[in-house]
Amino acid sequence: MSSDVRFTDFKSDKQPTWCPGCGDFGTMNGMMKALANTGNDPDNTFVVAGIGCSGKIGTYMHSYAMHGVHGRALPVGAGVKMANPDLEVMVAGGDGDGYSIGAGHFVHAVRRNVDMTYVVMDNRIYGLTKGQASPTSREDFETSTTPEGPKQPPVNPMALALAAGATFIAQSFSSDAMRHAEIVQEAIEHDGFGFVNVFSPCVTFNDVDTYDYFRDNLVDLAEDDDYDRHDYNEAKDRILDASKEYQGVIYQNENSVPYEEQHGLTENMSEIPDGAPEDAMDLVREFY
Amino acid sequence: MPADFNWAIGGEAGDGIDSTGKIFAQALSRAGRHVFTSKDFASRIRGGYTAYKVRTSVDQVQSVVDRLDVLIALTPRTIDENLDELHEGSVIVYDGERTTMQGVEIPEGMVGLDVPLQSIAEEKGGAIMRNVVALGAACAVADFPIEHLDSSLEKRFGGKGQAIVDNNKEAARAGRDYVHENYDHEFDYDLETTDNDYVLLNGDEAIGMGALAAGCRFYAGYPITPATDVMEYLTGRIEQYGGHVVQAEDELAAINLALGGARAGARAMTATSGPGIDLMTETFGLIATSETPLVIVDVMRSGPSTGMPTKQEQGDLNQMVYGGHGEIPRFTLAPTTVAECFHKTVEAFNLAEKYQTPVYLASDLAMAVTEQTFAPEEFDMDAVEIDRGKVVDDDTIGEWQNEKEQFKPHALTDDGVSPRSFPGTSGGAHMSTGLEHDELGRRTEDTDMRVEQVDKRNRKVETAQEREPWAYREFGDTDSGNLVISWGSNEGAMVEAIDFLEEEGIDVHFISVPYIFPRPDLSEVIEDADDVIVVECNNTGQFADILEHDALTRVKRVNKYNGVRFKADELAEDIKETLSQEITA
Repeated sequence: MSSDVRFTDFKSDKQPTWCPGCGDFGTMNGMMKALANTGNDPDNTFVVAGIGCSGKIGTYMHSYAMHGVHGRALPVGAGVKMANPDLEVMVAGGDGDGYSIGAGHFVHAVRRNVDMTYVVMDNRIYGLTKGQASPTSREDFETSTTPEGPKQPPVNPMALALAAGATFIAQSFSSDAMRHAEIVQEAIEHDGFGFVNVFSPCVTFNDVDTYDYFRDNLVDLAEDDDYDRHDYNEAKDRILDASKEYQGVIYQNENSVPYEEQHGLTENMSEIPDGAPEDAMDLVREFY
Repeated sequence: MPADFNWAIGGEAGDGIDSTGKIFAQALSRAGRHVFTSKDFASRIRGGYTAYKVRTSVDQVQSVVDRLDVLIALTPRTIDENLDELHEGSVIVYDGERTTMQGVEIPEGMVGLDVPLQSIAEEKGGAIMRNVVALGAACAVADFPIEHLDSSLEKRFGGKGQAIVDNNKEAARAGRDYVHENYDHEFDYDLETTDNDYVLLNGDEAIGMGALAAGCRFYAGYPITPATDVMEYLTGRIEQYGGHVVQAEDELAAINLALGGARAGARAMTATSGPGIDLMTETFGLIATSETPLVIVDVMRSGPSTGMPTKQEQGDLNQMVYGGHGEIPRFTLAPTTVAECFHKTVEAFNLAEKYQTPVYLASDLAMAVTEQTFAPEEFDMDAVEIDRGKVVDDDTIGEWQNEKEQFKPHALTDDGVSPRSFPGTSGGAHMSTGLEHDELGRRTEDTDMRVEQVDKRNRKVETAQEREPWAYREFGDTDSGNLVISWGSNEGAMVEAIDFLEEEGIDVHFISVPYIFPRPDLSEVIEDADDVIVVECNNTGQFADILEHDALTRVKRVNKYNGVRFKADELAEDIKETLSQEITA
């Protein structure tokens, strides 16, 4: 691991095809800064991306990476980390990928608490398919497939995470570049599953959850000296408070023990002997 | 007296049928006799009907037969369920004191041994030992020295303390003595013992052991009958080699976890049955397109849908050979015996890594629930070879980088196989994706690169076809015009069927095929035979269809796969050109 890694080392030479002004640019920059700030380099970093606009992130970043099946990025990331705990694993996806088609995996990834980071670019819309309701779209948000709104409450991802036993829950805003990078960095540094929901506005299809909306309504918990991120009940109250949008680390469990540690996983499993293990005949003898 | 002896214990699920049967099978194996077991069971935890059947002989036994010599019946239904297999002179051991067995009718010509199993067990320390009393009674009938049960009882009950072991030994002896004292019937059985050492295992265990031998370090799965035994075998053992088993939330996660493990460089595997294969098929194309080595075991059961979860079928062959949208290069292996489950698993890992391709290993319920004896040398660990394929390290990676020092995980090579760099290798960082991609792994829709990458992936299969032996096994009279072909677990039954046919003066040439895709070219041997019969446990004859397809040579092909539809003028040109060509496919 080299100490002179700059965040641009995590950038590939492929130009993003995101719309000009897309929140995903800022989200990605913050991820790259956080990775560089935590002493990682592209050769020891594994980025897993989902499907959708957000899923393209793996192509624009430079690292070992997997761009997988829609909604299944989290299990891929967990598999990578379990097989080689030395790697820094970051999973990125969108609100559709994480909270709709991949919602089941989200709940179980949170429970499993593998030491990795999950960044969700939440724009509250399906962008790449040109503007349909997402699981975080507002109840009355009119789209081509929901002309009168979805008429169902949006998923509260942080509440879902808290209920599933999350050890680190944070929220950031892609346009607040410094804070976003700091928060992702804290998620990386957390011993366990670091979950960051990032408000990453879609400038083309979402005219409600806009940059202006988040700028006007975001409350940064870092500015509240009394807020204790280790207090479960306080976190629960903020998470269930529908009247505000919070930025910052909302909850962190100080006693988090990551999955790998619980299961004694320390080895790089890519290394195996040239033949059967030395004592392999013992396996046969068990069947006497 | 036939050379083989067929024994069964049957009752309700929850009666301890499996463990009792296993104790007897193990005792026979340790006494140097060959064993082949089978189970009748239902998808329920308690109640219903369940049976554990043991066929044994001094010679190797490779199949079940429709004959039962001794039956321990814990319920009246056990007798009804087995009427077709029982014959004149069959012995039925039952407990006439048991409420449900009072007044039970023993079919005409059969010998009923009414043994107070429960009373004897209670006298020796507890009613729970009644099955062991029955085992002792069966030993008396079969003239099988009771001492051979001892080590198997120790293995089963050793963890519960010596007193429990001793009680069980006494219970078995009491059962034997009761038969000797109360029945003077001359039983026509004599279970001869030998000094041979055998191991006794089932197909799922053989797959698990093969995986460990092959260096599998990462297993992700979701419990499903009849594949769960693979996962349970690996749990507690794989850790000794630094590996890990993870129970996923579903099969979608299982295969993606395994995919992650494989991308990190571990030899990774998952095992499931048909319903799980359906879910895993979602990710199958990604594994192939991203050129990730992965072993996927399908322990088949009766489908479609939930079907008959505890019954046998080889119905998933088409799914394994053709499943998934788009066209997906793959390998499909089908071990033909329990021992071959071990060998083909090792081979599956090597094929997966040499050709960076997913490999299906097709086993089935019949193999999963069969405990079979083998000489331990059958599993020769020294003979296990590991071939990891074209893996590059920090020193060799330079050969596979472009002028900008970017690694080319999908380099266009003559044999189709590209270099592989494990995460952590300097200068090897790269993207793997389900999108069509260039040599660097970056998405592309360039028509030429699309065609080159499709061709390259298919070229790996062609390379494998040339380099690997794809050997099959032959039995019977190879000069016979009666050709029988089967795949997977039918081999044992067919091998023994040859003997039955011989008795009737019928010769057959039997070919047992362990490779479905790619597969050996059988078109010539099929052409030369007078009659060709394909044996498989399904309704439509899926392998037969494939073999017929192989023999069909009338069709010429025009294909286009660069992402652009056919254009009329171009198509006319293609047709004209193709008409003048020789048939190739």
